Amino acid sequence: MSLKKGDTIFFENCPSITGFATVGGKKESEGPLAEEFDCICVDTRMGEECWEKAESAYQRSAVEKALNKAGITLGDIDYLFAGDLQNQCTASAYTVRDLDVQFAGLYGACSTMAESLSLASSFVGSGICNRAMALTSSHFCAAERTFRTPLEYGGQRTPTAQWTVTAAGAVVVSAQGGAPYVKSVTLGHIRDFGIIDINNMGAAMAPAAAETILRYFADSGKKPIDFDHIYTGDLGLVGSTLLQEILKQEGVTLPNYSDCGMLIYDRLRQDVGAGGSGCGCSAAVLCAHILPEVQSGVMKNVLFVATGALMSPVTFMQGESIPGIAHLVHISSQK
Amino acid sequence: MKLTKEEYQQMTTEASPKSQVVRDCIWAFCVGGGICLLGEVLKYFYCKWGLTLTDAGTLTSATLIALSAICTMFGWYQKLATKAGAGTLVPITGFANAVVSPAIEFKTEGYITGVGAKMFVIAGPVIVYGMLASVAWGIIWYFWRILFA
Repeated sequence: MSLKKGDTIFFENCPSITGFATVGGKKESEGPLAEEFDCICVDTRMGEECWEKAESAYQRSAVEKALNKAGITLGDIDYLFAGDLQNQCTASAYTVRDLDVQFAGLYGACSTMAESLSLASSFVGSGICNRAMALTSSHFCAAERTFRTPLEYGGQRTPTAQWTVTAAGAVVVSAQGGAPYVKSVTLGHIRDFGIIDINNMGAAMAPAAAETILRYFADSGKKPIDFDHIYTGDLGLVGSTLLQEILKQEGVTLPNYSDCGMLIYDRLRQDVGAGGSGCGCSAAVLCAHILPEVQSGVMKNVLFVATGALMSPVTFMQGESIPGIAHLVHISSQK
Repeated sequence: MKLTKEEYQQMTTEASPKSQVVRDCIWAFCVGGGICLLGEVLKYFYCKWGLTLTDAGTLTSATLIALSAICTMFGWYQKLATKAGAGTLVPITGFANAVVSPAIEFKTEGYITGVGAKMFVIAGPVIVYGMLASVAWGIIWYFWRILFA
């Protein structure tokens, strides 16, 4: 059962995360979290003929590994919530084409890991099903040609631009099981403060992250110090600075804060501009770094706030500003 | 949140790192100048081999385009461009890169709807507005000569 207070759903029977896995690409293998991935595939083509198929291959690999770690088969999954950055969410659809499971495709841009995990937890936590899976991916090469320019085009990136992560993450949420547990989720409101620069998405998303975090604290009565760590999805250098400034103006400081986009790469050494981005970014950091630490009890309470910039190349060219969104998941080592 | 859009724009400008203009200009000058120097060297040798100045100029452009296409194919041009910026964008090699890179990228969508249709996705506007500008200048030049020549 669950209780909704304000914007936040609090679970009475907290769903358990019984399996999780992430598979990363070459650039991720050169980053600080390389050792923590379940699997690294340096051939970012994954032996496929195009980048789009390669992204689905990353997803399939993450699904297999998460199911193995949970000790179950695909037949035990009641619902699969998945999303990616490709047009019409095709990486997920083509992955699930080969898996016989009830499927809901999601598009939350880079916030999709928190969105899919929120929905999977809500379905399990409210008793609709016993097991659900959240699956998310992004692929640098597939995203670049969708949102920017061809890979071999000789363009110079602005310092505020972020680097799309090549990775997939899968999480199995079950009604019964051990830590980590999902205690509560807050689905976000869209916030648009007029940012039109497609190369500064961190700035476009930061107000939405601040809004969701403030609403969660108001609903739960908790404070930042109640958490071992607060992670935002890929705000990068600019967005994470702006988030802290906005929250400071609202009288909230985050002493224990990191951004997934700043953790996954060594920003300066790997020449990734303002940090990592893409829905694979927060998915990879969640599955490789956050969940293992909560599972082992190193961290007891964590807020995972993945952020998304909900524009398309068409709206960008039409001069529209970028709507931002952020979804929050409270993950705990105790029920 | 109490924040207004205007305040946030100001905060964003302050929080966003700026491009390193001096460093970028030095890179662009050296690489762009280097490409032009290569063109001059090629032209000198083509002239020395007995070609007329017009033929040597045409062959120089064709050689630079071919070199750019080969470098793009191996991914070298893009690597250089991340540092050189306008230095690799402005010379004719940049135009060749803008045509070859989508041709490679969209090969998976077929030779007609992929390579053929997408080849000019970046260079197309340059051709359209370049031709428009040349027509406009032609008209101005025509009347200029009638009135002032």
